[in-house]
Amino acid sequence: MTAPTAEVEDASANWATARAGVGDRIFAGAARAAGLMILAALAGVFIFLAIKGASGFTKPAEVYGPHAESFVGYVVPLLVGTFTASIIALIIAVPLAFGIALVISHYAPKWVAVPVAYVIDLLAAVPSVVYGLWGAFFLAKKLVPMHVWLHENLGPIPVIGNLFGEPNPAGRSILTAGIVLAIMILPIITAISREVFSRTPRLHEEAALALGATRWEMVRMTVFPYSRSGMVSAVMLGLGRALGETMAVTMVLSVGFDLSWNIIATSSPTSIAANIALKYKERSADLLNVLVATGLVLFLMTFLVNFIARWIVGRSERRMAR
Amino acid sequence: MSTLEEVQTRVHVPLVQPRLPRQAGVIVGVIAAAFGGLLLVLGMGVVGSVLLGVLAFLVVLPSWSLMVEGRRGATDRLMTGLIWTSFAIAVVPLVSLIWRVVSKGVGRIDGTFLSYSFFKTQIDQPVGVYHAIIGTLLITLGAAIISVPVGVMAAVYLVEYGKGNKLAKAITFLVDVMTGIPSIVAGLFAFALFTLIFGPAYVSGLGGSVALSLLMVPIVVRATEEMLMLVPDDLREASYALGTPKWKTIVRIVLPTAIGGILTGITLAISRVIGETAPLLLIAGATDRTNMNLFDGAMTTLPVLIYGQNLRGDAPAEAIAWGAAFILIVIVMVLNLAARIVGKIFAPKKG
Repeated sequence: MTAPTAEVEDASANWATARAGVGDRIFAGAARAAGLMILAALAGVFIFLAIKGASGFTKPAEVYGPHAESFVGYVVPLLVGTFTASIIALIIAVPLAFGIALVISHYAPKWVAVPVAYVIDLLAAVPSVVYGLWGAFFLAKKLVPMHVWLHENLGPIPVIGNLFGEPNPAGRSILTAGIVLAIMILPIITAISREVFSRTPRLHEEAALALGATRWEMVRMTVFPYSRSGMVSAVMLGLGRALGETMAVTMVLSVGFDLSWNIIATSSPTSIAANIALKYKERSADLLNVLVATGLVLFLMTFLVNFIARWIVGRSERRMAR
Repeated sequence: MSTLEEVQTRVHVPLVQPRLPRQAGVIVGVIAAAFGGLLLVLGMGVVGSVLLGVLAFLVVLPSWSLMVEGRRGATDRLMTGLIWTSFAIAVVPLVSLIWRVVSKGVGRIDGTFLSYSFFKTQIDQPVGVYHAIIGTLLITLGAAIISVPVGVMAAVYLVEYGKGNKLAKAITFLVDVMTGIPSIVAGLFAFALFTLIFGPAYVSGLGGSVALSLLMVPIVVRATEEMLMLVPDDLREASYALGTPKWKTIVRIVLPTAIGGILTGITLAISRVIGETAPLLLIAGATDRTNMNLFDGAMTTLPVLIYGQNLRGDAPAEAIAWGAAFILIVIVMVLNLAARIVGKIFAPKKG
């Protein structure tokens, strides 16, 4: 790296090399340490949650009280709440996100696409607590007629009707929480699918159009097959975001403990993250251990979802690179 | 069948499919808008008439196309309509949210709102969110001080030293996974860490900074990494050829070239974490007083204050919450704008 320049004498050249070597070693060491620190931090999250939460898995029954007797009984309704809200969010957000991504990558002319992309980025920049405030004070009230409508029109249908039982008079149902979550995860799904859509080789698209395909047929036959794995991982990342999002659910949902199919019920089980935010204040040491234990469950779940998503992306990137 | 007949039947095959007129979309759009307007006049709600108007558009245009252009054309028109509708649907909440925050928040902002805290020394003292603004700035500053060096150095390691080795691959992958850590888990981590060391009643702004930096580091690493990879190898090689040691090349050549993008990334990362609520709720607590000491005692931030006011739920609390939300949104938007401007100013000169 450090060839001596013409001016320096032999001896001082050695000295210069040695000094540069020290500088290099220190700098390289610092860079490496920073990298290792990230690994350590991730491991630290797991270790500290495990230390603090280990005892939370096996507490006496009254700690889990009044609605459960064991950790499983405590965490299962929360898992149900977490997944219900996330799945509602995904069902709403995924088609919208793919549509917007297509607008940006294929449908809109450039002078429309750039501001559109910017608007979607703005959605990502809004703090989650502001979404929560908006959802609790504004959207929930506005959605009350929709709750009533869903109950009256879809309620009597045999199987689907179970989802739309007695409606929540304030609109603070898990459906509303899911809608707010959907708006919050829209940007990440859009950003990633936009990226993969625009990577479709131009030649594939032009070949399809030259064969007489309409624009939608072109999208279906070239863009979607090419970006399938990217789309899957975009959905997975959105799911990861939705599973761990706290404030929207905390502020919007009115919490209950009964498991039911009714997604517009007066009260529904909350999510793990929201439950932690609601209960941490009690600061009883036993309950805190239990909360940290549920946090550990949440961490492992989101880690797994993100891990799979990134693995799919990585695989497809390697395939594209070939 | 003779050859002559065959030729004659072929001649009559049309080479051009019938198409709708160019303005078909506009025509149907106007009709649908008129239909929606009519419903509005007839006393239907705004939401209902807009929905039915859009629905009318989505039904009429493909049906017309089906009659003239056939099934494929109709599908294309329908999908185009749906795709644009999806975009319109996504804009509605954003506009509604920003309108709501601005219209409800602006009225609450005045000199006292920005310069007083919740802590009253006299009975008629006005309340303000000064303490939360200070808390937000200090905790975010703390998070930036922790995560910028770590993030930038880690990116340097990934791009300059670890190219392709196992450790670098593992770090890249785990940084990606880390971007998906739920913020409440970051808060629990800081909570577990600090209460194990300092005892169960510990709260401080520093804990909040640690939690936020866990969320911030991956964003900084990704942004810096991408920028460093854009620095042309020619620059590095020219520097090596002059006998410059590698670390000096990185500090004096590579980082300055990429500084615009790195600063943009850092600013965006700050704007991402400045609105975090959940982790601070757990470890930084909430207080009515202005606390300037990051290392001791509870510290309120704007998001936590908004959440607290939301819990109280009465009218003055709601007004304070909207006012604080307005300040928070302004801070985030200014940071986003600043990120773009910084990126432009420090962009490497070309030519």
